[in-house]
Amino acid sequence: MPSHDVLVIGAGLAGQRAALAAAEQGVSVGIISKVHPVRSHSNAAQGGINAALNPDDTWESHAFDTVKGSDYLGDQDAIEIMAREAPEEILHMEHLGVTFHRNEEGKLGTRAFGGASAARTYYVADITGQAIMHVLYEQLMKYSEDVARYEEWFCTSLAIDENGECCGVVTRNVADGSMQLFKAKSVILACGGNGQVWKPTTNALICTGDGIAMAYRVGAKLMDMEMIQYHPTTLAGKGFLITEGARGEGAHLLNANGERFMEKYAPNKMELASRDVVSRAEQTEINEGRGFPDGTVALDITVVPKKRVHEALREIVLVGRDFAGVDITREPIHIKPGNHYTMGGVKTDVDGRTDIPGLYAAGETACVSVHGGNRLGANSLLDTLIFGKRSGVDAASRAKRIDYSPTSRKVLEDEETMIADILSREKGSGRRVSEIKLELGETMDGKVAVFRDEAGIQEALETVRRLKEEAATAYIDDHGSIFNQDLLGAIELGYMLDNAECTCIGALERKESRGAQYRTDFPERNDEEWLKHIDLELSDDGPQISYSEVTITQWEPEARTY
Amino acid sequence: MAEYTIKVRRFLPESGEGPFWEEFGVELDPSLSVLDGLLQAKDRDDGSLAVRCSCRAAICGSCGMKINGQSGLGCKTQIGEAQELADKKASALGEAVENVPIVIEPMGNMPVIKDLVTDMESTHWTKIRRVTPWLLPHGEAPEREYIVEPESMIDITQSMACIQCGACVSSCLSMEADPDFIGPAALAKAYRFVGDPRDAETVERLHDLANDPHGIYDCTHCFSCVDACPKDVAPMDQIMRLRRRAGEEGIEDPNSGHDHEIAFVKIIEKKGTLDEAMLVQESYAPGLKGKLKPSKRGLIETIKSLPTIIRALRRRKVGPMKAIPGTHHKLPGDAMNDVRAIYKHAEEHNEEFNLYIKGDEGELAEIEAEEAREDAAEATATPSEETPNG
Repeated sequence: MPSHDVLVIGAGLAGQRAALAAAEQGVSVGIISKVHPVRSHSNAAQGGINAALNPDDTWESHAFDTVKGSDYLGDQDAIEIMAREAPEEILHMEHLGVTFHRNEEGKLGTRAFGGASAARTYYVADITGQAIMHVLYEQLMKYSEDVARYEEWFCTSLAIDENGECCGVVTRNVADGSMQLFKAKSVILACGGNGQVWKPTTNALICTGDGIAMAYRVGAKLMDMEMIQYHPTTLAGKGFLITEGARGEGAHLLNANGERFMEKYAPNKMELASRDVVSRAEQTEINEGRGFPDGTVALDITVVPKKRVHEALREIVLVGRDFAGVDITREPIHIKPGNHYTMGGVKTDVDGRTDIPGLYAAGETACVSVHGGNRLGANSLLDTLIFGKRSGVDAASRAKRIDYSPTSRKVLEDEETMIADILSREKGSGRRVSEIKLELGETMDGKVAVFRDEAGIQEALETVRRLKEEAATAYIDDHGSIFNQDLLGAIELGYMLDNAECTCIGALERKESRGAQYRTDFPERNDEEWLKHIDLELSDDGPQISYSEVTITQWEPEARTY
Repeated sequence: MAEYTIKVRRFLPESGEGPFWEEFGVELDPSLSVLDGLLQAKDRDDGSLAVRCSCRAAICGSCGMKINGQSGLGCKTQIGEAQELADKKASALGEAVENVPIVIEPMGNMPVIKDLVTDMESTHWTKIRRVTPWLLPHGEAPEREYIVEPESMIDITQSMACIQCGACVSSCLSMEADPDFIGPAALAKAYRFVGDPRDAETVERLHDLANDPHGIYDCTHCFSCVDACPKDVAPMDQIMRLRRRAGEEGIEDPNSGHDHEIAFVKIIEKKGTLDEAMLVQESYAPGLKGKLKPSKRGLIETIKSLPTIIRALRRRKVGPMKAIPGTHHKLPGDAMNDVRAIYKHAEEHNEEFNLYIKGDEGELAEIEAEEAREDAAEATATPSEETPNG
């Protein structure tokens, strides 16, 4: 049975950072990922990473922007930590080799981003996530004796010992289908978000909420699952992301009448208001008939100097050309709000600890919460690095204190039975997994998106619960062992449905409008009743609701205008 | 919506059978991708069809494959375009252009695990690790960031843009001939460190890559990787930059490519056109300016080149006069001035033509024209402000 002091599940930015941080503490570390690490979705973060590194900037200003962006649902102690530690972390990444953009003096240069009161976004063209993640993977290759990599291993369940502590994880080696129980003293979930629950989404096919669901199933609390970000600039239909960096560089949003409509909604920050604000503005324009016939508005990048576009927005020139057939340097491109980010997730403290001893979560899987009701652009990469690192350090120090607990093989046998059951279903015995996925995605995008109301969410919840029953008998075609992606898809569907159910429950429960949760039946923010987190815990009747306080250190809630 | 037939080279390792072709009918908008087509076949017809994929937007690098024989990403190739190419190929072969399938195969130069899934670990990643793919900086890190030329970061961002999809490796003709060739992806990765001013081992890296018989001189300059790369990394360009840097370090190129390049430049600078008779000795004993005062190596290489020279003479690729050094004709009139002007322009501008930064050629011309117009507008605006009465 393979064993590691610290086992990290997921190898995007949070996971790789956690693994490196844990290894620095001198413990044995393993990192497991269902895809090769460089395929992880952190790649998709285009625009940059925030830090108050410039001498004129302050961490307090960064923290306040984040608090305000979160619509005061973010925990201010966690946000303070993130903003304080950001500059050092950026410098650390630079020292490891990230090719950050330089200003004329050869120092780190910045660009403007949404919801920020200073230009504090550091970047590598518009491939920032990719550039940082590939550099972290360089480090994993460098330290391959200290960090064992399990590339293309899929996790099906966490293992919990008699004391209720996390002691390992059950995995399937994708290459040959063999099942393994990995022992660990600490397990860090860094499996990304759940964007695939919606269709379309900017998220990759692998973003199926695995970590959130695995934690939920063993009794960890989830928090603020209703908070799902719709990004203002995604390509209609396909859901591809156009970086906020485009607006950071000066691009305008126009409705079908050619009006720069953000003047009405955010007269000061215009296109660079918080994402929830911009997405709602766009959706309002579209709903009120001022959008284009394809249900979009336009992003006009032609106002940005061409040379700058080629230097700083290269990737989206390619996205426009290859995926929309539009030369963004010559004509506006049609965009709309699209599912993008999971602000909620596994409830953790500032060291990544969940309610279950030995179980940690970091990055999009986790809800610390630094993003509250709405994440600011370029804070997600920062979140992954800061809380990935902190989780790695704390998980290592726990591992040094304790011994491996005796692990029962029962969990492995249970998982083998679960898989045998899926493989044994006859063709035609139920629905196809792909059909259920499609219905789930369209339902959630229709009912639990930018604008929500009770009837719609309730309808979505009922659909999700029906789909859960159908998933229990859904069949697959592939019955083999080697690279059985069909089987993994069926397991992922289960994860997605748990995520969807929790999001619906949270969205129904929160009877106010805050951040990404806009209830047309409760259009105002209601601090008196709802300035609190909604926690969900698994019970026999589905998610059980409880509440927890929002930590406020120095910024009392105010009206939020941009 | 349109209907397409995709013909996939399948391999099911557990079946005990060899690879086979299977056709799937799919129906989708021509602007959607080949990967979308494969996923539709997988969703509707056969979930066992194995293909790595994740982002669908050409950033994760999972779905490298061959489409109509061309290596690339499934998600970045529009199915309508793939059909056009398939039709064109059929028509070139004199076949009927009707219901031509789009042919999809796993990447080349790698073992196949199942269907379109290849073993990238044993080939691609092993080669990547061969080039010591991590920064080896000077001593202790500074308190703040390293101060470096802004252009240097933009320059290596082209190789940082690599998503490790393996399309270049799949298309590499040198690797087909020499499986041990370090290859386009790993060498592009190497340039990311050689070009990085923060790296302290640049010279050691260059010696390492030059002395390896499967290293930078194993590339045959065929451009396949440049065509295949979905991210404009242009791996071959990075290999050529490594060679140039190696030449600047005085590393001897067994093919003498660097000296050959310099010889070309010098001869044309002097004579306006290429005096082929001078090429060999200029390449191996540079600086003799056509005088027959050969160095030992120049002599040896000239003798070694004799069969080639004789063949060229016999096939009348060169006339007898062209084989005699010093007899090359001069340019008529003042044409030499034009040649000198070109050299002067190149020296003054002294910038590398980097497609990643500049965009394609038309784009570049347009940006320059735009800047020129702006400059002109400024130039006309400024004097009128300064001389309100003029």
